[in-house]
Amino acid sequence: MMEPGLYHILFISTALFFTGVLGFLTRRNLITMLMSIELILNSVNLNFIAFNKYIWPGKMDGLFFTIFIIAIAAAEAAVAIAIIINLYRSSQSIDVTNAEDLKY
Amino acid sequence: MNLLLLIGAPLLTALAVLMARNKQQVKWISLGGSFLQLGLALALLLAFRQERAANNTAQMLFEQQYKLFQSLHISFHFGVDGISVAMILLTSFVVVAGVLVSWNIEKMTKEFYFLLLLLGLGAYGFFISLDLFILFFFLEISVIPKYLLIGIWGSGKKEYSANKLALMLMGGSALILVGMLGLYFAAGNSFDILTLSKATISRETQHILFPLLFVGFGVFTALFPLHTWVPDGHSSAPTAGSMFLAGISMKLGGYGCLRVATYLLPQGAKEYATIIIVLSAIAILYGAFATMMQKDLKYINAYSSVSHVGFSLLGIGMLTQTAITGALMQMVSHGVMTALFFAVIGMIYDRTHTRMVAEMGGLMKQLPFISTVFFIVGLCSLGLPGLSGFVAEMTVFVGSWENADAFHRVATMAAAMSIVVTAVYILRAIGRTVMGPNTNEAHLVLKDANWNEKLAAILLVAGILAIGIAPGWLNDLLRPAAEVIMNRITGQ
Amino acid sequence: MPNATNIALIPLLPLAGFILLGLFGRKYIKNGAGLIGTALLLGSALLALYTAYDYFFVYGKVDGVYQQFVPLKITWLAFSKEMSIDMGLVIDPISVMMLLVVTFVSLMVHIYSLGYMKGEERFPTYYAFLGLFTFSMLGLVLASNIFQLYIFWELVGVSSFLLIGFYYDKPSAVAASKKAFIVTRFADLGFLIGILVLSYFSGTFDFQTLIARLTSPESNEVKTAVASTFLGVSALSWGAALVFIGGAGKSAMFPLHIWLPDAMEGPTPVSALIHAATMVVAGVYLVARLFPVFSVTTPAVLEIIGWVGAVSAIIAAVIACTQTDIKRVLAYSTMSQIGYMMFSLGVSGYGGEAGLGYTASMFHLFTHAMFKALLFLGAGAVIHYVHSNEMKDMGGLRKQMPVTHITFLVACLAIAGVPPFAGFFSKEEILLAAYTSNTAIYWIALITSGLTAFYMFRLYFTIFWNKPQEAQGAHSASAGKEGGFVMMLPLVLLGTGAAAAGFIPFGEFVSTDGKALESHFHLSFSIAPVALGLAGILAALWMYAKASDKPARLAASLGGLYKAAYHKFYIDELYLFITKKVLFNLVGRPAAWFDRNIVDGLMNLTGNTTMQVSEGIKKFQSGKVQQYAIFFLGAVVLLAVLFIYVWR
Repeated sequence: MMEPGLYHILFISTALFFTGVLGFLTRRNLITMLMSIELILNSVNLNFIAFNKYIWPGKMDGLFFTIFIIAIAAAEAAVAIAIIINLYRSSQSIDVTNAEDLKY
Repeated sequence: MNLLLLIGAPLLTALAVLMARNKQQVKWISLGGSFLQLGLALALLLAFRQERAANNTAQMLFEQQYKLFQSLHISFHFGVDGISVAMILLTSFVVVAGVLVSWNIEKMTKEFYFLLLLLGLGAYGFFISLDLFILFFFLEISVIPKYLLIGIWGSGKKEYSANKLALMLMGGSALILVGMLGLYFAAGNSFDILTLSKATISRETQHILFPLLFVGFGVFTALFPLHTWVPDGHSSAPTAGSMFLAGISMKLGGYGCLRVATYLLPQGAKEYATIIIVLSAIAILYGAFATMMQKDLKYINAYSSVSHVGFSLLGIGMLTQTAITGALMQMVSHGVMTALFFAVIGMIYDRTHTRMVAEMGGLMKQLPFISTVFFIVGLCSLGLPGLSGFVAEMTVFVGSWENADAFHRVATMAAAMSIVVTAVYILRAIGRTVMGPNTNEAHLVLKDANWNEKLAAILLVAGILAIGIAPGWLNDLLRPAAEVIMNRITGQ
Repeated sequence: MPNATNIALIPLLPLAGFILLGLFGRKYIKNGAGLIGTALLLGSALLALYTAYDYFFVYGKVDGVYQQFVPLKITWLAFSKEMSIDMGLVIDPISVMMLLVVTFVSLMVHIYSLGYMKGEERFPTYYAFLGLFTFSMLGLVLASNIFQLYIFWELVGVSSFLLIGFYYDKPSAVAASKKAFIVTRFADLGFLIGILVLSYFSGTFDFQTLIARLTSPESNEVKTAVASTFLGVSALSWGAALVFIGGAGKSAMFPLHIWLPDAMEGPTPVSALIHAATMVVAGVYLVARLFPVFSVTTPAVLEIIGWVGAVSAIIAAVIACTQTDIKRVLAYSTMSQIGYMMFSLGVSGYGGEAGLGYTASMFHLFTHAMFKALLFLGAGAVIHYVHSNEMKDMGGLRKQMPVTHITFLVACLAIAGVPPFAGFFSKEEILLAAYTSNTAIYWIALITSGLTAFYMFRLYFTIFWNKPQEAQGAHSASAGKEGGFVMMLPLVLLGTGAAAAGFIPFGEFVSTDGKALESHFHLSFSIAPVALGLAGILAALWMYAKASDKPARLAASLGGLYKAAYHKFYIDELYLFITKKVLFNLVGRPAAWFDRNIVDGLMNLTGNTTMQVSEGIKKFQSGKVQQYAIFFLGAVVLLAVLFIYVWR
């Protein structure tokens, strides 16, 4: 069994990031899009932790950032879901292609 | 005399108008306030003459300075010379007349008078400012009300005209702002006109800044070919709006061209003089010819304004003391004259409900007072001696003729030719409307001018006559100031 | 010494009348307006008479030479130390003579109008305008400064405009007034530029200084002026010629005469005052005022003046023979007589005997004012009586209108140059002056004098003889009398003047250099013009004394020439073509179009382009979140590539 190195983790986080981007760009359901954003954020978290562990093992900055991001992601999810619920109340749909009233 | 009174009086009047309870109060407060301003302007004239008679030879009199924004070197710096005094006098005349002819405005009376007074306030502030930033500030104050006046109380395609006017004037303002900042940095961080007038600014900088400032102010004073807001703006504006527009705000531009562009950047003025002369000679002749074909009285006066204002730009471009004096006289004279012209057109329109020359005829019989005033203002426009237009135009001609080369001569002759064309279109307008047989039965029962209209007309006619019969006082007022500007030009 | 107050009051009294009647006449004065105006003018006429007496017989002559005095000069508008427009009074022989003429004729017209304009709705306005005109004309005459002259010149023009258009609801009157104003305005443009040229070289507007500086060939002013040329002609000649254009316009010289016949739309007394006796001679006066400059410095221009005068004289005389409106005949006759005055100045020299033409011209101006005003007022009486301007409506009026008849005859004899009436003397001097210096002009003048006699007596016979008197019964029943005392008094007074003015030894008072000029009469020289004049009268007698078809036959036999003359040689049509077709359609209309479509179009184009561009790019703002994200990502990738590989 090989000890996983930095590159392995970066590979996973990159895959996670692009999965999130793809999901954000292609899915029409707002909830799914929100989940995609969470994926992107988590890929970033993963990077922070990996870099912290392998490059500056004596420091804690990466961990702190990760915790911050998790906290803010929670808040963001709360606000986003609130918006989505309001949108659903007003237009009976959470399809992102219908939510384009703010154009022009 | 404290110059702040000149800003304070209109400001207080405007605020008092906002407090008024009903239309009658609004009107009487405005009228009282505008007469107060007229009194202040006359008092200023007297005080100014007294100081000069007592051999006070300072360039600016009654100077005051209050720091406003130390880090940017902006300060409330006020002071007047002969030019400012003449312009303030002009403004106060037009304001009183404008308030009087708007007596019958029913729609949103309070707001209308408020905006009128605000416009006047902007003009007063502009003419007494000696700090470019404050000057610019007051210039903008006098632009915004125009947009609203035309947009709300106008007639015809008023939205289009209001937009056009506001956009073109704003475009001019943008150029002024850039030029002003250029001056600020070129002359060692100062907005003060008196400081700037002593600064040495390199030829290259002047070469760039002069057109910015001159064209910027030129838009306000209908510099060809940026004059197209004039016909549309005037024709859509309510009567008092047209009067203020042509009588006051076109003069803001002329004043700026002279005081800011030419005075502060003399080298640039010399280099661009040829272009200015060509453009203004074109404007004079072309405006006159275009007027000949107009059918609407307001368009006639609007185009003739383009032609007449061309004389003041021509005078500035000629760069001689007499020509500049003439240019300034033309500004004052044209201001009074054109305000009266629009007032008369408004009076006629209120009665006949048309401004089309072809739809009127023989108004002399029913409207003797208005027709007589129309005659007088028409004759003033075509430069009859004894009325103000003649004095100004002749001064410009004599001043222009001092330049002995062929180019200046030809330009002067071309400009002089317009006096014939002017006679043609003025007499056409007069001959069709107030003379001739009556062509419309509905016009047989018209009533002549009311007291307020009579008072407005008499005031402005008095202004025209005061300049036309005894031009000496205006000459004494303007010539020394023009000399200062000329010294700056020849000194470099 | 001249008394400045007295002299200043001469023009100021009529001005007071204008202000008084103009402001309060309509409401408060009404019927008294005429009397007020007349009284004020009487005052000014008496002052003028006194001034003339004082000048000519008391103080004017110093060592046998009449001096020029400037008793008053006020700076009106100063351009620089030297250049200023002054309001001054100048007293010299010609200005005093003109004072007399203007106040006298104006007084006659004021009196006459009391009857003629009675019952007119705008009676006070009429007198106000007359006052304004008289003021301006007197100011013009007294001007000590060339710019002052120009100012009053324009004022005279506008009062003429107001008076021609007095019947403002008549379209023809409005058109005529506009035409008069615009044509003279066009000429004034030349005058104005001429003033600028002359004053530029002389450095002053003041007549005395200007003339002094421009007439001494050694002076610097003349040297620089002669040195600078334009199109091969010296600048000074251009200046003088341009000034003359102004004079030609006001004096209705060919080809700027077209406004004068139309100006007859005004009330007849006005025609008598403005378009016969006073304003139209302003051009002659102007040339006379600047005569030293013309004569000494620019003789070529003086020759042009002579020819313009001669051509105008004969053309007008030919046209006058064919016109049927009596006022138009008189108008062309005026133009012809002013032509006489002009060419008389043109053939004159400066100083001593050579200056005969100058004296003669002023003399003719003086006598002409008398008999032409008389002719117009007489014509006015006739028109008042028959209510028509057309000659065919008149005839056999000699019994109904005896006073008018006799005075009219006197005037006709005077203008035809029959001795011993006034016209004979002045015309004789003019012919003599022409004979001694320019034979071609002399012959033209001689022919013109024959034509003058012919057309004047054509008028006289058609009005007062021709048809039998019974035909006029209808008129006498309706009109009754030939006009009251106020209308007849001026006729008689002017008639006396027309008969006797010739005996004034004019040369003693008015000459180029102020010294007395002996007038010589050569009996043999007078034979030709008098004989021609009598021949003209006889021809008119033969053709018009009895109603017959002789005139029609003669007209038919002349064919084209008659037609051309009847249509005033189509000059009006030419002008109409130039103004209507060329100026309006080829300049005005394109200018207006250009402004609306090109200049304003460009402005609108700027606005519209901005709008179009915004329309185009607003599509990016689609509201689709995922689209934004793609753009965002694409841009990030693009920038990344650029930063990494291109802008390294």
